[in-house]
Amino acid sequence: MTTKIRVATTSLAGCFGCHMSFLDIDERMLQLVELVEFDRSPITDIEHCTNCDIGLIEGGVCNSENVHVLREFRKNCKILVAVGACAINGGLPAMRNFISLEECLNEAYIDGIGVENAQIPSDPELPLLLDKVRPIHEVVKIDYFLPGCPPSADVFWKFLTDLIEGREPSLSYELVHYD
Amino acid sequence: MNTFIHDLIEINRYQPNHLLHILRAVQAHYHYIPKAAIEQIADLLAISRTQIISVIEFYSFFHLTPQGQYEILISDSITDHLLGKHELAAYLEEQLNLKIGEVRADGLVSLANTSCTGLCDQGPAGLVNGHALPRLNKPKIDQITALINQQTPLEAWPQELFQVDDNLIKSDLLLSAPITQGEALQSAFKRGLKETLNELDISGLRGRGGAGFKTATKWKFCSEELNDERIVVCNADEGEPGTFKDRVLLNSYAHQVYEGMTLCAAIIGAQKGFLYLRGEYLHLYEKLEAILAERRQAGLLGLNIINTDFNFDIEICLGAGAYICGEESALIESLEGKMGVPRNRPPYPVTHGYLGKPTVVNNVETFLAAASIAVNGGDWFASIGTDKSKGTKILSICGDCAQPGIYEYPFGTDIQTILDDCGASDVLGVQIGGPSGTFISNKEFSRQLAFEDLATGGSFIVFNEQRNILDIVNNFTHFFAHESCGFCTPCRVGTSLLKNQLDKIVDGHGSAGDVVALEELCQIVKKQSHCGLGQTAANPILTTLERYPELYQAQLKKISYEPGFDLDGALETARRLAKRDDAAAHLAQVEE
Amino acid sequence: MSKTITIDGQIIPFEEGQTIMEAATEAGVYIPHLCHNPEFTPHGSCKLCTVNVNGRTCSACTFPAMEGQQILNDAKDINEDRKKITQMLFVEGNHFCPSCEKTGNCQLQAVAYHLNMLDDHFPLFYPHREMDASHAEVLIDHNRCIFCTLCVRASQQKDGKDVFAISGRGINKHLIVNAESGLLKDSELKATDQAAHVCPTGAILIKRTGYQIPIGERIYDHTQIDQVSLNSENLQHDN
Ligand SMILES: Cc1cc2nc3c(=O)[nH]c(=O)nc-3n(C[C@H](O)[C@H](O)[C@H](O)COP(=O)(O)O)c2cc1C
Ligand code: SF4
Ligand code: SF4
Ligand code: SF4
Ligand code: FES
Ligand code: FES
Repeated sequence: MTTKIRVATTSLAGCFGCHMSFLDIDERMLQLVELVEFDRSPITDIEHCTNCDIGLIEGGVCNSENVHVLREFRKNCKILVAVGACAINGGLPAMRNFISLEECLNEAYIDGIGVENAQIPSDPELPLLLDKVRPIHEVVKIDYFLPGCPPSADVFWKFLTDLIEGREPSLSYELVHYD
Repeated sequence: MNTFIHDLIEINRYQPNHLLHILRAVQAHYHYIPKAAIEQIADLLAISRTQIISVIEFYSFFHLTPQGQYEILISDSITDHLLGKHELAAYLEEQLNLKIGEVRADGLVSLANTSCTGLCDQGPAGLVNGHALPRLNKPKIDQITALINQQTPLEAWPQELFQVDDNLIKSDLLLSAPITQGEALQSAFKRGLKETLNELDISGLRGRGGAGFKTATKWKFCSEELNDERIVVCNADEGEPGTFKDRVLLNSYAHQVYEGMTLCAAIIGAQKGFLYLRGEYLHLYEKLEAILAERRQAGLLGLNIINTDFNFDIEICLGAGAYICGEESALIESLEGKMGVPRNRPPYPVTHGYLGKPTVVNNVETFLAAASIAVNGGDWFASIGTDKSKGTKILSICGDCAQPGIYEYPFGTDIQTILDDCGASDVLGVQIGGPSGTFISNKEFSRQLAFEDLATGGSFIVFNEQRNILDIVNNFTHFFAHESCGFCTPCRVGTSLLKNQLDKIVDGHGSAGDVVALEELCQIVKKQSHCGLGQTAANPILTTLERYPELYQAQLKKISYEPGFDLDGALETARRLAKRDDAAAHLAQVEE
Repeated sequence: MSKTITIDGQIIPFEEGQTIMEAATEAGVYIPHLCHNPEFTPHGSCKLCTVNVNGRTCSACTFPAMEGQQILNDAKDINEDRKKITQMLFVEGNHFCPSCEKTGNCQLQAVAYHLNMLDDHFPLFYPHREMDASHAEVLIDHNRCIFCTLCVRASQQKDGKDVFAISGRGINKHLIVNAESGLLKDSELKATDQAAHVCPTGAILIKRTGYQIPIGERIYDHTQIDQVSLNSENLQHDN
């Protein structure tokens, strides 16, 4: 038996919508697990990614932890894929880019209605926010992009089966959506 | 305000075409264009306020928000950098107590960068309320600071602050033997206008503004258009960094330039002419008006010129800070009182130009040469130069050389000869034709000045071995992004992308794929842009990438990718607000 | 004998005075475009319609058809350039399709789908742009404006008004509204004006109509813009 293709997935500044959509490949998942095994992913409990063939990244980069995770993926995955609108252009989380980070934090922790014990958290355990949410291709090199919010289950299926079967991945008109 | 604007509009005869004149006057008076003025002008000229706002926001010298009573602009061109602009600008900021891009709190003075002011042979240069300030240095800055703080009116500033020199160093065919007033017109009428056009054809004269279109052909096409009105336009926008020969021609040979325009009008059958003078040459304006008056007096302009039934007059139109207005169709838009956005072509100006009328647009030097040819004949001119490039070319030489200034050379002269003449040694390379032209290395100095080899509108910038090529390219690339008119996507977005991508590489954040990405972007901007600006905006990168690929590669880190923005800097706000500075509160730019 | 041009090997007749775009559209050949709309004078600014005419790059929407022209349109390298130009339009503005009412009906998005654009390729600008929601029925979201000037032209040429203009230079270009306050509510714009409906993107929207047709059933969700465009533009032409 040939070794299975190792796939890792993660969600940065995303909503897990892309992961949900991935799981929507439904019964085809059974076919897929014949061919792939999952490394670090919300659907396994592996905490750090080791050598993988494919890394699927959902969500953009909004804080320092996202940067570390993304780098870990880049280091360990032969092919890194930006999955979904947020990973590709920041998506909804990037709407905060038009408000300064200072205003955002003040609104959330200081001036917002119902805020008690107003102060901006300073616990060193917490990741710090970047001044802007960025698409992942502005932080590491990305090999493929799967647009959609989220990309449909068929997109994941088509893309992964193309790769697994050694074809250059391509998406037909029906599969390309930004919404 | 009411009566000021009202009078102004009246002087301009309620003509919407005069919008630039009007806005220049309002800006000079209030140091911005107040909202109420916009409403009043719109009302009196019966144009929409949006047209006025769009014009204000297009030209660098107009402002919607108040500038200082003394508006100081400092030239940010590469030649000013070579002459110590950075240090001087810092000194100026310190003395005036304000930063570039700001208006001082007391409203007295504002400071900003501006594109090349055409004083490259006598920089670092600046402008105060539009008036040229050449050869700036620290003592002059002290003097200027004092004059401003004492609120001395500009008219009372010492004249030597404004003294612009010709620096005419080498004359040949044209500059050594200027014609006398009226001589070209006399000759042309005597010979016959058709015959004179034929002489122009024989001379082989090609446009001196850049593209090198045959002048006689242009005039002929225009004269053949069926229309009872035709227009002659002299392009004195001279915005290409490093070019200042038209400034000198207009300062010392204006009669001959006007005569060339009048000759053109006689030949094509035009009654109206414009001199489109770049706003930076305001210092020439009064003199040029006076010469027009003199020529009217002498029967060389106006009705019945040299006692024939030929009528023609010239109006001077001042620009307001936009390099793109040198492009002929953008220039015509600007003459019509609009944003300087290049038109779709065809139709070309020779068929549909100013107000849709057949229009000849030529460079200052082209008109000057045409006037000489009318006097001396076509063969006189054609006997000099190369097969495809007849006659001489007037260069403005600046940068690292002992004697910057104006030099006239027969076409076909090699670059080394020119470098020897201007006292340039230890040369790294020469930028020929300005940023939109070509950078040649010191292995190419046997190449020739000619349309078929190294074409130039006049710009010739010398760089010595101490200069950093990437600094030069960076300055030029920023220039184009600043001057893009924004009409078409590839140039509007592409020049900004080029600027950012080059900055990334120059600042040392480039990695493996970044030069390839840069080159790919260059190609698309060059190929897909609407006009000559976008089509040449990538030339500084492309011509140096071709010659010094290793220079670009050396900037790259040996890693697969590096972010184009400052990662750790992006955490700065969060660090400050969380009052943290621990190790986890920082990010390395690239993974260790 | 009528005059002809050749596009990708196909011989196409044209009438004197027609642009390449007009001749192509009539013959059922799609040339990608955004700032062109057959109802208005061509503008030539977006450069999506770039074609190769006898070896030269030209904008099909403004360049006249001339006897014997050999034109390349649906070629790989040209479509690659068009994709890059489309990506430029995406990164210079703020296009978050998932939260845009126009999604599925947007021509910018549809051209991007047509060109199989999967990412933005370039770094995003994230410019600061405003919304103008002052008007009772019409909304401007400047984040999505691509400066095609269709609203400007529609207002001038069809509505007999002059509500919109493009102002500024270079990357600072922006849409302005003809009102002393600069606000749409104080302009002459009515929701029934052509200018309120012509925007190819989600920059000008009629309020409270955005979700009448569910996402997934919209114009370009299943039909490519080449078909949609040829059908509607030839229909306009026949009327
Ligand atoms: C961006 C741009 C700037 C230009 N600037 C000038 C200029 O300052 N002076 C000039 O004579 N021609 C300039 N040109 C060239 C003009 O469009 C035009 O070709 C020229 O004025 C024709 O005159 P000529 O035939 O005498 O050269 C420029 C062209 C472009 C594309
Ligand atoms: S190439 Fe640049 S300057 Fe020329 S029309 Fe396009 S945007 Fe304007
Ligand atoms: S205007 Fe079009 S491309 Fe832009 S966000 Fe809306 S749907 Fe997407
Ligand atoms: S608002 Fe729409 S129609 Fe108007 S210029 Fe912008 S994109 Fe074009
Ligand atoms: S998290 Fe999937 S598109 Fe936003
Ligand atoms: S469609 Fe031709 S340039 Fe926009």
